[in-house]
Amino acid sequence: MTSPYRKLADSSQGLIDRSIFSDETLYRQEMQQIFGHAWLFVGHVGQIPQPFDYITSRMGESSVIVSRDGDGQIHVMLNICRHRGMKVCRYDSGNARSFTCPYHAWSYSVDSKLVARAGDLFGVPGYEENYAGILDKSEWGLQRAKVEIYKGTIWATWDHEAPDLLTYLGDMVHYLDSALHHRDGSDTESEVFVGVQKWRVPCNWKIGSENFMGDYYHDVSHRSVDLANIGPGGASRRDNRETSMHRSTSVCFRGLGHALVGTLPHFEEPEYLPKYPDNPVAMAYDREVYERRVKNLGSGMRVITQAGAVFPNFAFHGMQPRTLVVFHPVSPDEMEMWRIYLIDSDVPEELRELLRRFYLRYSGPAGMTESDDVENWVHAHHSSKNPVAQGVPYNYQIGLGRTKPVEGLQDAIDGGLVTEENVRNFYDRWADFLEGTPWESPALRATQGGGD
Amino acid sequence: MAHRDRVMLAADIAEFFYQEADLLDERRFEEWLGVFTEDVQYFMPLARNMRHDEIGAEFTSDKEIAWFEEGLVTLQQRVKQLATGVHWIEEPLSRVSHLITNVRVLSDETCALGREVRTSARILVYQNRNETETVLLAGKRLDTVRDTTDGWRVCRREVRLDQNVLMAKALTTFF
Repeated sequence: MTSPYRKLADSSQGLIDRSIFSDETLYRQEMQQIFGHAWLFVGHVGQIPQPFDYITSRMGESSVIVSRDGDGQIHVMLNICRHRGMKVCRYDSGNARSFTCPYHAWSYSVDSKLVARAGDLFGVPGYEENYAGILDKSEWGLQRAKVEIYKGTIWATWDHEAPDLLTYLGDMVHYLDSALHHRDGSDTESEVFVGVQKWRVPCNWKIGSENFMGDYYHDVSHRSVDLANIGPGGASRRDNRETSMHRSTSVCFRGLGHALVGTLPHFEEPEYLPKYPDNPVAMAYDREVYERRVKNLGSGMRVITQAGAVFPNFAFHGMQPRTLVVFHPVSPDEMEMWRIYLIDSDVPEELRELLRRFYLRYSGPAGMTESDDVENWVHAHHSSKNPVAQGVPYNYQIGLGRTKPVEGLQDAIDGGLVTEENVRNFYDRWADFLEGTPWESPALRATQGGGD
Repeated sequence: MAHRDRVMLAADIAEFFYQEADLLDERRFEEWLGVFTEDVQYFMPLARNMRHDEIGAEFTSDKEIAWFEEGLVTLQQRVKQLATGVHWIEEPLSRVSHLITNVRVLSDETCALGREVRTSARILVYQNRNETETVLLAGKRLDTVRDTTDGWRVCRREVRLDQNVLMAKALTTFF
C-alpha cells in the first residue's frame, strides 16, 4: 500500500502536494523522523581549533554545543539543562571546560579530568544535602549526539543506530570532496573564514534544499546578477570556465536523497585557461594550483560540483564561491539559513581578499545572487497555504522518465542538465524517513571509505 | 576643537548625511554613488553573542565574514543590478526611509589625502516590500568623511546593525 507520504510527494507523476510545505502536523513529523535521525552538518573543525573551544550550532530546531575536549575529540550535545530545561550556553562561540546553567547552576563538563564522558553532569549546588544520594550524576549528563568528522566538516545525528557517515553519503562523497578538497586536488583541509552568517527566511526549509540540489531551470532568477558582472574575474556572476570544458548535468543518488549539478566523473584535467587577468599574483597562483592538480589527480577519477545538497538540509558550492550552507527549520513557514565560507590556507593574501569579497557579494542575505532566490522562495512558499489552491499539486515533471545511470558511481542517476529528477528523488528519501524506515534503503551499503 | 566648532561641524556633516538619505529614499542611486570617494571602504560586520570578557570581539573585523564588504566598484555593480528591472528582490522597488540621528564628531584630522572627520551616528531604516512585508533595522554607523573640492565625501563607513540572527530575508537597501 502506498503510504500517505508517497501520495503527497508523488515522484512517479512529478506531483507534489503543497501541504508538505505548510502543514503543521507534517512539520512536527519531519522534526521527529528526519531531524531526529538523519546525519546533520553542524560545523567545521576550523571553527573550534583549540582545546575546549566551542560553538553553538543547530540540529533542526535544537540548539547544540559543538565542543572540542582537551584531547582534541569533538562532541555535540543538546544545549538544554537536564534539570529544568534552561539553555546552558547562550554564546555563539568561546572556550570553556564546563557549561553552567544560569537557572540553578547545574554544570556540565567536557574535561576528561573531571568527568567520564564529555557533557556529563559535574557540579550540582547542594548535592549532598538536597539530593541525599538520590541523584546519580552519571545519569544526568547533557544529551549527546553521535558525531563524525569528514575532511574538516562536523556531522551529528541523534540516532545512535544510524549507519556511519560515509555510508550515509554514498558516492555523493566525491562531489562533497570537490568542495572540501584543496583546489590542487589534494585533501589538504580548507580554512574556514571567521563568522557565520545567520538569517531568517520566511519559507519552508525544503525549498532551500530543493534549490541547491540542482535546479538549473531557475536560471532566470539570476538574470540581473549576470548582467552586473560580479565574478572574481570581472565577468558574469562567477567564472564558469572549468565546467564549460565538460558537460554539466544533474546527478542524484537513489535511496540517499543527495543531489547536485556538476560534471560526470572524468579522468583528466582540461587544458588550462587563465583566470584573474588583471591580477598577476592571483593568476600565477591559479596556474601553479592547476599544475599541482594535474599532478595530484593524475588519471584518477574526479568530478566538479557547481552546487550540491546532502539530505536533508545541507548544501554547498563546489567552485565559486566556496561556501557551505544549512537550512535550519524554525516552523513550517520559516527557516534560518547559516553560511560559512572556505578558502585554501596557502592562497596568497591578495587572492584571499579578492575571493572573500566575491563570496560576500555573491552569497548571504546581501549576496547579489542569493537575494533574488529568497524573494522567489518566500512568495512560492506563501502559495502553499492558499485555500483555493489546496489539493492542486505543484508541478515537478521536467525530465520525468528521462534518466540514465552514471557509470562509475553507485546508485547515481543522470537526469540531464535541466530536470526536476533530483527533487523527485529528494522526496522519495523524505518519504523513507517519514515512514520511519530510513536505514532500510538498499543504497546504504557499507563503503570502503570514499573520498579519494 | 572648541565645543561650539565641533557642534557646527557635526551639524554640517549631518546635513550631508540627510542629503544622502534623500538620494537613497528617492531611489536616485546613480547620484548616491557620488557621495563616496574612489577609495571608499563600506563595511557591515556580523554581531556575535560573546561572553562579557570577550565582548570586544562582538563584531567581526575586516578579513572576516561580514554582511557587506564593498568598494566603489562593487557598489556600482549593485546599483547596476537595481537598474536591470529583473532584480526580483527589488522589483518592484521597496519603499525605504533612512532616519539618521545622534550625529557626533569623534575626531578631525588632516592626513595625506586631506582633512578627514570621523563621526558616529544612529540609523533606523524602515523598508516595505511588495504588500505587507516590513523590515526595521537599527544600528550604529561609524563614518569617516573627507573634505574634498566637491564637499564632504564618505571614505569609510562601518554599519553595526543591532542584530545577531538577521531578521530580514535579504539586505537589498543601502545603509
